[in-house]
Amino acid sequence: MTIECGVFHTTYESDMGLRRLPTERIRLGLFLIFIVVFPFLATPYWLNLGNQIAIATVGAIGLNILVGYTGQISLGQGAFMAVGAYSAGLLTLRAGLPWGVSIFLACLITSAVGSFFGIPSLRLKGLYLAIATLAAQEIIEWVVTHWTAVTGGTDALVVPAPELFGLRLNTDFRFYWLAVILAGATALFTANLFRSKVGRAFVAVRDQDVAASVIGVNVFRYKLLAFATSSFFVGLAGAMIAYYRNIITWERFTLETSIIYLAMIIVGGLGTIRGSLFGAALITLLPAFISSLGRGLQDSAPAVAAQLPNIQQAAFGIVIILFLVFEPEGLSKLWRNVKDYFHVWPFAYRRGNGER
Amino acid sequence: MDGDHAVGLSLEGVTLRFGGVTALKGVALEVHAGELLALIGPNGAGKTSILNCVSGLYRPQSGSITLQSRGGRRIPLHDLAPHQIARLGIARTFQNIELFAHMTVLDNLMLGRHVHMAGGVISGGLFWGKQRAIEIENRVRVEAVIDFMNLESIRRATVGSLPYGKQKLVELARALALDPQILLLDEPMAGMNTEEKESMARFILDAHEEWGVTPVMIDHDMDVVMDIADRVVVLDFGAVLAVGSPEEIRENPKVIEAYLGQEFGGEGGG
Repeated sequence: MTIECGVFHTTYESDMGLRRLPTERIRLGLFLIFIVVFPFLATPYWLNLGNQIAIATVGAIGLNILVGYTGQISLGQGAFMAVGAYSAGLLTLRAGLPWGVSIFLACLITSAVGSFFGIPSLRLKGLYLAIATLAAQEIIEWVVTHWTAVTGGTDALVVPAPELFGLRLNTDFRFYWLAVILAGATALFTANLFRSKVGRAFVAVRDQDVAASVIGVNVFRYKLLAFATSSFFVGLAGAMIAYYRNIITWERFTLETSIIYLAMIIVGGLGTIRGSLFGAALITLLPAFISSLGRGLQDSAPAVAAQLPNIQQAAFGIVIILFLVFEPEGLSKLWRNVKDYFHVWPFAYRRGNGER
Repeated sequence: MDGDHAVGLSLEGVTLRFGGVTALKGVALEVHAGELLALIGPNGAGKTSILNCVSGLYRPQSGSITLQSRGGRRIPLHDLAPHQIARLGIARTFQNIELFAHMTVLDNLMLGRHVHMAGGVISGGLFWGKQRAIEIENRVRVEAVIDFMNLESIRRATVGSLPYGKQKLVELARALALDPQILLLDEPMAGMNTEEKESMARFILDAHEEWGVTPVMIDHDMDVVMDIADRVVVLDFGAVLAVGSPEEIRENPKVIEAYLGQEFGGEGGG
């Protein structure tokens, strides 16, 4: 990150800050104002999308910790979310725990399950690890659908809406506040993590694991730690879904979910928190946009409208391909390009090489 | 040989095989505490294999590697993992630069401080109180290395975007940030021009003299090696061919035949 003229950091503390420039702080402030004002202006439809984006952001940040930052590919996202959702739901339904406690315990359980399925990462890298995590996806899915006595099998599990200060969070408007606070906390925690020792070690493992070990990073330990940390937030996303939908079904957590989340972080930007949000928003809004387009075309061009569900799948694929070809670093990089452009506008200087 | 030196690191009978190939045949050598030792020899002689054994990347089939720690303890290294060996104060650089390419110079050097830092996921995520203090404390140490190696201007550059010569310096800086007792350098001057070699040699000498680091250096540039090394170990076909001061090595007929050639050897050499 470059420092602008006239900005001097005189302490290491301010130099290590998450928002080091005044413009960055202003942008963050504007974004926070938007977050607060949005639910008062949005229709229920948009509020619903807003909640979905907040939940997906938590899940995407979780996955990004593992895949984007630590370089361990996982196809088990859907299953880990299922662990979070079912644990949270069952702890409330069967053990009668308050929702806050069950969400927290669900995160810890997912964390433990994630670490367990991370053990193959000791030996496996890249595609081989992806296949190992695919096994996690299949095993957990099988357990969820067949362990009928506990999970209810393929039947839906009905979870009561959480209650906060005597207020039932059973509407989109009320749940929104819980969702954005959890998403914000997740983002802040992750941002902090990656400016401190453990986060740096995660990235070191991704960039050069031999050098990481020689500099004193216990590579296997940090891989497992990445699985645990990642799964914690993935479990949180699962638990949020449980309490948001009030109904848990296993169909929500299939391999397709894993792939959609991978798409989010690829399109958004691997190894960035901002990218997790962008990717979550885009991948959530894209189907919504296409189906609302379908409703618009219902009368004027019914033939096209009838084909839209198919187009939706194709559009999803096309978006990912376009990103891989034209901006492999994702929306996060596009955002940086825009910032860089306006940073020197109206001049055409390029900013120094390699600096962010 | 000068026997009254304190031993920093000793290898005894180290044998390393890859399938049918024997890379090291019972290598025995001593690194004296506080000296600058050079390892030379033809390609494939086993120089890098020795460094890899010391830093734990290769595990020799037989033999022992022992570190005499600063505290005076004798610690066997041959059963330890690389990260445990780093913790004991042995840092290294690689022939083909192994930096964290997507991170900034600053973060690379902060990773050099990894073994000196406490902290876990939760304290890192909260970044509050003690963890913040630990980060600042180690940042101060890193800034000292940045100052020492004149890296101020590229502090926040992404390492992958830097030219080769700068990356070599950053890699040395990362190793120095670990505050090592022993510094293993695998061809620190390979591919550099004379000017870059000079400044690299200067940094190695300064680290040796001012910071009390014991460097063990592999290099092919005989001018540099003979100029800065206190002692030279010559390897050939996985065994030690000769050990001695640069002058002794230059005169050694076996070394001249195996490696140096007439240009460096004999009276007219150097």
